Amino acid sequence: MSARVGVVTFPGTLDDQDAARAIRLSGAEAVPLWHADHDLKGVDAVFLPGGFSYGDYLRCGAISRFAPLMRELVPAAREGLPVLGTCNGFQILCEAHLLPGALTRNASLHYVCRDQRLRVEATGTPWTSSFEAGQEVVLPIKHGEGRYVADPETIAALEADGRVVVRYLGNPNGSVNDIAGIRNEAGNVVGLMPHPEHAVENLVGAPSTDGLGFFTSILKKLVNA
Amino acid sequence: MARVIVDVMLKPEILDPQGQAIARALPRLGFSGVAAVRQGKRFEVELDGPADEAALADVRKMAETLLANTVIEDYVVRVEE
Repeated sequence: MSARVGVVTFPGTLDDQDAARAIRLSGAEAVPLWHADHDLKGVDAVFLPGGFSYGDYLRCGAISRFAPLMRELVPAAREGLPVLGTCNGFQILCEAHLLPGALTRNASLHYVCRDQRLRVEATGTPWTSSFEAGQEVVLPIKHGEGRYVADPETIAALEADGRVVVRYLGNPNGSVNDIAGIRNEAGNVVGLMPHPEHAVENLVGAPSTDGLGFFTSILKKLVNA
Repeated sequence: MARVIVDVMLKPEILDPQGQAIARALPRLGFSGVAAVRQGKRFEVELDGPADEAALADVRKMAETLLANTVIEDYVVRVEE
């Protein structure tokens, strides 16, 4: 039985096709999920891709949080469904309070679009088990609102519990403690600003194929489950 | 009909680079004496009925749920006279 990973499309989502392709390349089945449906289609995990869902109106992810599909996804994630949100997906996970903190305007006010060196800090999640702890990777980033902030107690708890999943090597946006990605307490929900789905094939000029690790991790988890 | 104003501002401890950019631009335009600028959002909520306590409680709930992200923002609700 093949592992089925849902990819959510909101109005304004950009990276759903790349995400689906990355999921297929890793050997899993990509299942399209539509924001207006109340149906998770029985998937084993969910990928929330990047883009500008609902035009980023109000705040990035603020409207998406209330989409019909999210009303299914939030309780499922709280019960342990593996969920990975990248970029706008990370913003949605924070707005939905599945992850703590928030993503705010880059300190430079510039939209950054570049290949970014990162360090994978936490390999205990279903999305990062294929990496070595401390492994350095290069993934594309492209965002205007990626500065991770949270109150000092939350940051201290994230650091103490090893919940910082990915850290920038050279901070592109002013994120507290160079945080590029975090996980929830249970570890099944992970959010990060970089784009692993854009770094899975050399053919298209990606800076690396380091992104594949996120997809092989979840496949391994689902197949062994 | 009543109009209720909801002002949403980044919490004081959250960096506001847009406000800083505005503050830096002002002296270049000849405006002196500005110590700092913070940028926020203003929502004008038109009610069908009067802005009584029940309606204001509803607006506060709107602010809490959608208009503001209380992780990083504070809000103030007031009735426009």
